[in-house]
Amino acid sequence: MLETLQLYFSYPFVRYALIVGVLIALSSSLLGVTLVLKRFSFIGDGLSHVAFGAIAVATVLGVSNEMVVVMPVTILAAVLLLRTGKNTKVKGDAAVAMISVGALALGYLLMHLFSTSTNLSGDVCSTLFGSTAILTLSSLDVWICVIVSVLVMVVFLLFYHKIFAVTFDETFAEATGLHAGRYNLLIAVITAAVIVLAMNLVGSLLISALIIFPALSAMRLFKSFRAVILCSAVLSVVCATAGILVSILGSTPVGSTIVAMDIGVFILCWIVGKVSRR
Amino acid sequence: MAELTVSDVTLGYEGRAVVKGLSFTVESGDYLYILGENGSGKSTLIKSLLGLHPVMAGSIQRGDGLEQDEIGYLPQQTDVQRDFPASVLEIVRSGLAGRCGLRPYYTKAEKTLADENMERLGITHLSRRCYRELSGGQQQRVLLARALCATQKMLLLDEPVAGLDPGASEEMYQLVDKLNQEGTTILMVSHDLQAAGKYARHILRIGEPLFWGTKDEYLEWQKGEMKDA
Ligand SMILES: Nc1ncnc2c1ncn2[C@@H]1O[C@H](COP(=O)(O)OP(=O)(O)O)[C@@H](O)[C@H]1O
Ligand SMILES: [Mg+2]
Repeated sequence: MLETLQLYFSYPFVRYALIVGVLIALSSSLLGVTLVLKRFSFIGDGLSHVAFGAIAVATVLGVSNEMVVVMPVTILAAVLLLRTGKNTKVKGDAAVAMISVGALALGYLLMHLFSTSTNLSGDVCSTLFGSTAILTLSSLDVWICVIVSVLVMVVFLLFYHKIFAVTFDETFAEATGLHAGRYNLLIAVITAAVIVLAMNLVGSLLISALIIFPALSAMRLFKSFRAVILCSAVLSVVCATAGILVSILGSTPVGSTIVAMDIGVFILCWIVGKVSRR
Repeated sequence: MAELTVSDVTLGYEGRAVVKGLSFTVESGDYLYILGENGSGKSTLIKSLLGLHPVMAGSIQRGDGLEQDEIGYLPQQTDVQRDFPASVLEIVRSGLAGRCGLRPYYTKAEKTLADENMERLGITHLSRRCYRELSGGQQQRVLLARALCATQKMLLLDEPVAGLDPGASEEMYQLVDKLNQEGTTILMVSHDLQAAGKYARHILRIGEPLFWGTKDEYLEWQKGEMKDA
């Protein structure tokens, strides 16, 4: 088995996949804790569908690098969702549902009508579940991925204390001079960026899992914000690495293998949390 | 000039007034009790004083060197989530976040301030503990320490003893009184008339009828009201 791995690692695309996988796992887990605690996870779900719609449009337009289209569109959608979500809870939920299902349906329709590909359902499947995308990354994709995820991490570190303050108690933060609205916007924009990146790894339907599971697992085990963030990052990276390796060795779909790992770890953490609390 | 001057303010939501014709002032070092029935608009007033909710008419002016972000706040308890993973130290220090601008870390002086405030409120020994596992009274102290990290000038407390047992309530009142003695202006929303009689300097009653005056004036006025009824 080690020899097989060694052989695989001699291929650049495998190394790319691993680098990209680790970076995406890291940035999505940092964000995940905040999204779960702010009850924002539904926005992540909505945005991933928007990203799917944008990919469909990019494919139809024949854009050579999809991320160039998908990234701005998804970020814009994030800003809009946050705006509408502010009015009242119910309206916000409905808006997310509308946009996400709408984007999904129209995206598929567009691909169906205009795609020149001979393997349409294969294309759709890989966009939704990320089946092979990660192993076919161009070096431009890899660079975009590295730059954006490093940016996400830097922003997160720079604003760590403020993000905590706004996540814990928005009203208090606002009252004492933090512009909660701006930080929510920042969080939404980062989320959009991470989601677009993560599409490469797990496809648009499974992104929420990548963002939410490590956070939920870490919350079973630790009780301070910092410990939860660190633990969530470690779990996410371990699961992503293991998932990628297993999928290469066993030729299983990358995205679902990673998510399966995340689920397994969550169950483990849940049990450990239950037992240790006794 | 007073720290807060509220003149003929109307408060409400979406065009519907909740409180009309509200006028009062708060001097530096004052201890104001805000009384009123549930739903009379006390929390709304607090939000407006914090600059989080616009007034429908009238004006709220700050003076005496009080800036908008120098008003600390203890929310009505429901605001904080049950399952939030956060240590006491993390929460107390989060009160500093508003004052550090774009700087991404807390300075030594700021951390010392947080430690001092925990000491003042007697929660230093809890600093590594998880917030959600503390008793109600301990949680309130943590939030009070956080507010003091944001400002020492003025604190707004929205029903700080709701849900506390009598012993913990009394401790809370004494802590707040101590902070007031040490120079912090206090505005406290409460239903507790007895505590108001004991600690308040001024009393504001919201609802029908409105009243604002010193504690003694309020007690006089209340007698008159009773006779009328
Ligand atoms: N966000 C809101 N939108 C519309 N009406 C509100 C909102 N918050 C409170 N109210 C209404 O304003 C009135 C005053 O509420 P509040 O200030 O919370 O009262 P109190 O704190 O004195 O119990 C209530 O009738 C309440 O229903
Ligand atoms: Mg209230």
